[in-house]
Amino acid sequence: MSDLIANVTDALMSGQARIVDLTHTLDPDFPVIILPPEFGQCARFRMEEVSAYDHRGPAWKWHKLTMNEHTGTHFDAPSHWVSGKDVPNGDVDEIDPSVFVGPVVVIDCSQGAAQDDDYELTPEVILAWEAEHGMIPADNWVLMRTDWSKRSGAEYLNMAEDGPHSPGPTPDAVRLLLERDIRGFGTETVGTDAGQGSHYVPPYPAHYLLHGAGKFGLQCLRSLDALPPTGALLIAPPLKIKGGTGSPLRVLALVTS
Amino acid sequence: MTTPLVPPSKKDPQKRTQVPVLPPMTRSRAALGLGVMALQGRFGLQVCADCQALQYPPRDACVKCMSPDLSWQDVDPSGTVMAETTIRVSPEPYFRERMPWRMGAVHLHAGPSLNCHLHGEVGRGDKVRMALKLDRAGQGVLIALPLKGSDVMQDDPVLRAMSSDPKHRRILISDARSPMALALTQALLRAGAAHVFLGEPETWLSWPERAEFEGLDNVSILPLDVTDVSSVAKLAAEIGGKVDILINTASYARPGGILDTDTTFAGNSFEVNALGLMRLAQGFGPAMAGRVQDGINSAVAFVNILSVRALSSDANYGAFGASQAAARSISQSLRAEFCSSGLRMMNVYIGPVEGDAWFQPLPPPKVTPNAVARSVVGGLVDGLEEVTCGDIARDVYARWQTDPLLLEREMTGGGS
Repeated sequence: MSDLIANVTDALMSGQARIVDLTHTLDPDFPVIILPPEFGQCARFRMEEVSAYDHRGPAWKWHKLTMNEHTGTHFDAPSHWVSGKDVPNGDVDEIDPSVFVGPVVVIDCSQGAAQDDDYELTPEVILAWEAEHGMIPADNWVLMRTDWSKRSGAEYLNMAEDGPHSPGPTPDAVRLLLERDIRGFGTETVGTDAGQGSHYVPPYPAHYLLHGAGKFGLQCLRSLDALPPTGALLIAPPLKIKGGTGSPLRVLALVTS
Repeated sequence: MTTPLVPPSKKDPQKRTQVPVLPPMTRSRAALGLGVMALQGRFGLQVCADCQALQYPPRDACVKCMSPDLSWQDVDPSGTVMAETTIRVSPEPYFRERMPWRMGAVHLHAGPSLNCHLHGEVGRGDKVRMALKLDRAGQGVLIALPLKGSDVMQDDPVLRAMSSDPKHRRILISDARSPMALALTQALLRAGAAHVFLGEPETWLSWPERAEFEGLDNVSILPLDVTDVSSVAKLAAEIGGKVDILINTASYARPGGILDTDTTFAGNSFEVNALGLMRLAQGFGPAMAGRVQDGINSAVAFVNILSVRALSSDANYGAFGASQAAARSISQSLRAEFCSSGLRMMNVYIGPVEGDAWFQPLPPPKVTPNAVARSVVGGLVDGLEEVTCGDIARDVYARWQTDPLLLEREMTGGGS
């Protein structure tokens, strides 16, 4: 076993493998999901100085952070959704840490998303991907690449009077991914569901079906265009928050150079 | 006649900005009452409860019958200038910088004779309207004003120094998304403001009303979120040296009592309404306080728009009211802290605003954005510290002044 680890280490040290950062910077101006205002809202990221080498602490600088579990690039645990509330070990602190490092496949939807803000990931798209790259292996992360992370400002949520418009999976696509017994599903948009995902049956199918089946979510990812369709290793450990339904996190991918 | 103020030329960067110098500040407790009348825009004097004699100057016992039972009452302000004089030498730094200075004696038609400042458009023998104004030290002083002044009477240097007039000044409105922001912007521009900056929180979230600001001249929308200390610091670094009046319109309201309001919503109320005010004051206050004597477009006032629920709790908006009470307390502290610079802290109390979704189911009367704008601009022109806008705010404020405990019983239905 030690030889295997050494091989990975050597690959990294020699540049044969490299790390891709799939994480947005935690920034007060980074968008968060917007819900009808009478509901509780996702807290924006805020950072206040505790001291900065000054009278409040002469030799050190540190900050107080406030945010939601689901602010910025973040992980969704099964307990995030009502369908997953009774999933065993469904909180972030209970999840077996071995699932935080694992294989990942990337379905490139960037062309479709460039032409249609409401682009849907359908079973047909998944089957076409499998025709080219083979069936999605069990226990893999599946990431939906849309290049949406290259948007900024109001273009990111893309809010209109009838709600946000951004790409996402259809209920049948999520069901097909569950047939493949994936580990989790990740997107570049503010949620794993489409902006108009509340109008599907069931509403928010990615959240509802994935978490109900004990699967995980990743959202607000970036740089998915730097990943190969198959063969990368995803490293995505959330903070170990007691009873936590999710967590901001650093998401990395290990890829062959 | 009054010489109209012209827009100031650009500052000479080689000249030191003048340090604010204030008029004499010391007053007896009785004389502080002049300021209490002035800060509300009222004119009045002490009246003896026993013999009804009008008192001037303020005192602790009646000038006629020695009764200590004196109370401040509104008085007819009409009078006649009996004498005037011009002072050319003074040991007081504030007046030395402003010599010569005209003073007069006015016979108030209601009785006493008053020593007062004279507006440039009045002289001996003129019928005048007396007013109590706050000087830059925040003390109540008397000034004789013309019965019908010229169109530019506000430009009189003595009166201008007692006001917070927006004319030729640059104003920052902290939250452009407030339902009051557009009406305020238009009213300030009509009142001669040189420029209106508006803060825009969460620029990543579009809002259709933004388009209404985009065609306006001398208006800029800049990123500002009062809940984010780094955002406040960034904008203060950019424009803090040219904000002459800051108007805080940021507000977060949610219905519900203390028992049924989630503390996260309550926390947001405090973050915006109380701590947001504090962040704005820390970000912009010191630079403004340093520019109170910076010529025609000197820094002059910090305005906080408060719900009248700050004065007495309404259990239907319990956490919101608590945050407003906190904001009012912060405002009072700021008033004391700004006092040494002459920067004026003006609180504008309002009831529910027409168009504010969080007060939508409440019955009328509601206050319109245009009415708030009129009250803010009017309060600035008159140099006030406390302003009420709309029937609800005026009524609650008056009841609070009369008997705060009785008001609480009325507001909460306590005891019934």
